[in-house]
Amino acid sequence: MLVLLGAIIIELFIGGLPAFRKFGFGFLTSTDWDPVQEQYGAAVSIFGTVATAVLALLLSVPIAFGVAFYLTELAPQWLRRPVGTAIELLAAVPSIIFGMWGFFVIVPVMAQYIQPTVIDSIGELPVIGALFQGPPFGTGILTAALILAVMIIPFIAATMRDVFMAVPPVFKESAYGLGCTTWEVMRAIVIPYTRVSVMGGIMLGLGRALGETMAVTFVIGNTNRIATTLFGPGNTIASIVALEFPESEAGSLKLASLLALGFILFVISFIVLAISRMLLRPRLKG
Amino acid sequence: MSVSLTASHTGPAKNMKVAQRLSRSRKRSDTVVKILCYAATAIGLLLLASILATLLIRGFSGIGLSVLTEVTKPPGSHGGLLNAIVGSLIQTVVGVAIGTPIGLLVGTYLAEYAHGSVLGNAVRFVSDVLLSAPSILIGLFIYQLIVAPFGGFSGVAGCMALAVIVIPIVVRTTEDMLSLIPTAMREAAVALGAPKWKMIVLICYRAAKDGIVTGILLALARVAGETAPLLFTSLGNLNWSLSLTKPMSSLPVTIYQYAGSAFDDWVQLAWVGALLITFGVLALNIVARVVLRGGK
Repeated sequence: MLVLLGAIIIELFIGGLPAFRKFGFGFLTSTDWDPVQEQYGAAVSIFGTVATAVLALLLSVPIAFGVAFYLTELAPQWLRRPVGTAIELLAAVPSIIFGMWGFFVIVPVMAQYIQPTVIDSIGELPVIGALFQGPPFGTGILTAALILAVMIIPFIAATMRDVFMAVPPVFKESAYGLGCTTWEVMRAIVIPYTRVSVMGGIMLGLGRALGETMAVTFVIGNTNRIATTLFGPGNTIASIVALEFPESEAGSLKLASLLALGFILFVISFIVLAISRMLLRPRLKG
Repeated sequence: MSVSLTASHTGPAKNMKVAQRLSRSRKRSDTVVKILCYAATAIGLLLLASILATLLIRGFSGIGLSVLTEVTKPPGSHGGLLNAIVGSLIQTVVGVAIGTPIGLLVGTYLAEYAHGSVLGNAVRFVSDVLLSAPSILIGLFIYQLIVAPFGGFSGVAGCMALAVIVIPIVVRTTEDMLSLIPTAMREAAVALGAPKWKMIVLICYRAAKDGIVTGILLALARVAGETAPLLFTSLGNLNWSLSLTKPMSSLPVTIYQYAGSAFDDWVQLAWVGALLITFGVLALNIVARVVLRGGK
């Protein structure tokens, strides 16, 4: 196992070495991606990866919390298992299916209804309006974030449900005994008790969102430009690797750059997942 | 305690108006949150329903015998998905067959031998990270390790990539299931004079069988739908090929190529493939759950 992880890191690093050597630290900050002149930079993809993942978190955390709250406190006993299973099945759907679903179902809806409406209303407002500009193609950062959010809801919800369940019933019962409403029990007892683990669950979702490939590739628009609006196209590390890989020859600088991108993605997701593990481990085991 | 009780009596409760308003606002916020939670759950379920409905509507009309008997063909000539389905089956099964024993052994080590040692904790941590590591990176890794040095995409490389994904899943479930076995059972075996390996193989594996099988089924379901790692390893193949040393077709990669194409009949085939794979994966998941519940 250890050897495997070490081998993955080393192979990606060695593969990416030519790119790191040629561009130095500029690789991280350069926004170029020009196969003709052999100029490659990672800034755009890193930005797209982080932007979509964070947006996806913002969208999915409230919903996942609602689902977990429903499953632990509100749902009648006989409904808990079927609903819980259904949410977990959502996590089992292969990512390429989310991509197709997003491309053929969500993108048209975004392009025809949501984006024009939003551009005409919120887009007119000063300051925040600038985020909602651009042609309504349907694809773009926001759509990718939406799909990612759908994909990570089950992961976050399942973790939250498990840690909520781990709260000793005595705590909750005493709060109910004092006359607290369900929401007050949640806010004053369950959330403080599980705060660390909930953060761990959210980080786990973030880790998933960062590395998601197929679904994002379908809907993000795949343009190497830092999107200034939420509807603008962009790319992520995973999507650019999936798209450009078939077009790069073995041993070329382009391939090295793609492997270097993979190395960067690995470092980012390793850090996120490591944090998530550290937050989750003690509570779930104890 | 008594102090705080009397304090709350002399507090807002005296003023009935304030008390009522407070109670009303507390109940209101409770109701609002509850409604939001119901809505969130409904959204989650609707999303699943929407995906399944889309697949059924778009994919069902394309299902026919030719899907299962014809190989992929150029647009306009009524091809099927036979080579993709067979390729997927081969790579998934071989991948799981390679990954399972390794995962099983690592999981056994963690549960039975590691006992909080530094090495054990490190291995557990690495396994957990690999469990959620982006699968595209595993594809890149196998490309570097196998495809590039041995000159060419191959089914073997695809199998290896899937095996790397399988290992941490099996490790996780094996360790969890073995640690659920009561210590008394182990002690009974050891007291009878059984060596440790016999205790593990004859007692622990038998007791944890259902859980381990569940893990393998879940791993099977997970890798059956993997696309990203196969793009760089087995590449996909539009012709009939069973050779593991040549590029090999697989259902997810074919879906990826067809869904993005401009030909209606290819897109239609992609939907059929998507329908097949999703229901296959979901069925595996449900079977895994039933196995687990049957064991308890």
